[in-house]
Amino acid sequence: MSNYISHDHEHDGIDRRGFLKCMAWAGTGVLWTISGGVLVSKTLAEVAKTGSSLPTATDLSFLQISDSHIGFNKAANKDVTETFKIALDRINAMPTPPSFLIHTGDISQLSKPEEFDTFDQILKSCRTKDVFYVPGEHDVINDGGKMYRERYLKNVQGKGSGWYSFNKNGVHFIGLVNVLDLQAGGLGQLGDEQLEWLEDDVKGLGADTPIVVFAHIPLWTVYPQWGWGTSDSERALGYLKRFGSVTVLNGHIHQVLQKVEGNVTFHTAMSTAFPQPAPGTAPSPGPLSVPAEKLRSMLGLTSVQYKQGTTALAVVDTTLS
Amino acid sequence: MNTFISKIKIAALLCGISGFSVLALAGEMKDTGTDGAGQNKIEIKDFAFNPQTITVKSGEKITWINRDEEPHTVVSVEKQFKKSPALDTDQEFTVVAGSPGTYSYFCSVHPKMTGTIVVKQ
Repeated sequence: MSNYISHDHEHDGIDRRGFLKCMAWAGTGVLWTISGGVLVSKTLAEVAKTGSSLPTATDLSFLQISDSHIGFNKAANKDVTETFKIALDRINAMPTPPSFLIHTGDISQLSKPEEFDTFDQILKSCRTKDVFYVPGEHDVINDGGKMYRERYLKNVQGKGSGWYSFNKNGVHFIGLVNVLDLQAGGLGQLGDEQLEWLEDDVKGLGADTPIVVFAHIPLWTVYPQWGWGTSDSERALGYLKRFGSVTVLNGHIHQVLQKVEGNVTFHTAMSTAFPQPAPGTAPSPGPLSVPAEKLRSMLGLTSVQYKQGTTALAVVDTTLS
Repeated sequence: MNTFISKIKIAALLCGISGFSVLALAGEMKDTGTDGAGQNKIEIKDFAFNPQTITVKSGEKITWINRDEEPHTVVSVEKQFKKSPALDTDQEFTVVAGSPGTYSYFCSVHPKMTGTIVVKQ
């Protein structure tokens, strides 16, 4: 990849020329939009500088959707089921369908069974049937996540409050739960039991195994004043330090933010329901109302590609506009 | 040990949208069926309880009303009173103050949001 990157002004491992070339193999250029003043990530960070080949991993593409908030009906978006449908239409229109979807939480607005029912019903229209879930705080409000687990975590045999891992094409995926048993005054939280499980889960993996971690609340401190962070995420990341490629996918904040730290790329996805303000730019992180014609340009989904022989996963956001 | 009696009540200025929540919530909570608002009112706005600390007399009602477009909850830190269900926009939650003491609570959806009730004799 280094032969593509010649003008790395922002030290994020990418320049315009290199980005466009990489987008060619990522295969999602048709959906890519970089205009309109919307924050569309210019990602594809070069995660590891020392690229050894990964003999067991093969090409893979999957898609992240997040924060559907089915049941929300306020000014910021009166019809979140419609925008969720549009997101699925976009997935169905992809020339190469993703192998599976990851939903990073807040399926529902108020944890109501009828909201989950509506989500499930709409999701049936998606050509990609394999979906992996982690809960958001909106999904577990009244019952500590019991209903959510029964509906969405049965097939993955979630441990504890629902965390799990699986392998696809040589990539190791870890779904974490950081929205339960939250402490007054605190942030998102993983808890000792989950952290111990994580340490054990990755113990036997070679350092060249690409790792993808997904959880609802960001696993890095985006803006603690708004609760946008996870109090014990450092410990989790400590267990992943030795790996050459770690991609962390989160939702919760309804906007694309990215940070690269060593071999770890942190990335948050757009919502399919409504945008939220940039950190600290509003009195609170509540739903952001924008002009109707602008709404879809602030909603979207995230496509992730792993290409054999590279050390980086390409993370590409596309809006619904 | 429940030192508070919980009750959910819907604000007078309901807009149509929360109509179907009424039934769902009423079914879960014990309704004490009397006047509601009272003077001990805590407004939830911009992800904060306002006032953050309220002092009441034992036996008085305390009512939270959610003015955000985001759902919030009222949860006792020490589990000293029954937690509220998810309060959608303009929904209220009322408890009756029990034994004198200091009661900390927070929103379990947004735990950064905290508040304190001081109950006097």
